[in-house]
Amino acid sequence: MTVETRVIVQRDADIVTARQLGREMAAQAGLSGSDLTVVATAISEVARNIISYAVCGEIVLSLTLKNGRQGLMVVAQDEGPGIADIDQAMIDGFSTGRSLGLGLPGARRLMDEFEIVSKLGEGTTVTMRKWRR
Amino acid sequence: MSVPILKQGDVLIASIQSALTDRDLLDFKEELGQKVGRFRSRGVIIDVTALDVLDSFATRTLRNIAAAARLRGAATVVVGIQPDVAIAIVQLGLTLEGVATALDLEEGLELLREAQATKASDGVSSL
Repeated sequence: MTVETRVIVQRDADIVTARQLGREMAAQAGLSGSDLTVVATAISEVARNIISYAVCGEIVLSLTLKNGRQGLMVVAQDEGPGIADIDQAMIDGFSTGRSLGLGLPGARRLMDEFEIVSKLGEGTTVTMRKWRR
Repeated sequence: MSVPILKQGDVLIASIQSALTDRDLLDFKEELGQKVGRFRSRGVIIDVTALDVLDSFATRTLRNIAAAARLRGAATVVVGIQPDVAIAIVQLGLTLEGVATALDLEEGLELLREAQATKASDGVSSL
């Protein structure tokens, strides 16, 4: 049983790799059905954010446990420019790039837990969890 | 990874076989656009049965493909969206607004036939 997997995200093919590994790890965490697709989709969004805004970063997938409940933790981190206004970045339809601006708010809706920490000039870390039902 | 595009009468059928990168999706959009012109197609079917994820980029690209094809006189139908994928698209907050969808290839072809029949009689396509 793999407890942790790291994916370097720097090319668009890495988005596909990250979400495929995410699906596998989510299955290991005991998630099933549409939750596997939901997790893979959320990972795809945060991975694309890394490529679009930070150029390079990594996604760490790990199995996690809380109150006896199993889950998958996804940490997406980069050392990119950081997000000036996180509240604004979390609004549907807001984008400084060419996207639909649904990446971060969409990923938050897909996952059970979602935290984002960002510092201008230092980078962004998104931590998300999905629990087994 | 390129997407095979088959010509069947005045309809193009593109069957996505495996996960596509963003680059693959953009190449697919280009190629489909060229083929609509070369084959004077009236309809396009994009089969996404094999896709286990349709994220915001893929969804936006499908919308753009359909919008561009419509401007050139071809109606697009996306078929085969898996039930789990449909759930994730909705939760993500996305819609395939402006893109016709059908359960599978057969239903998609039927939808195109109906739209062409309506266009022939009323002069306006329903797709």
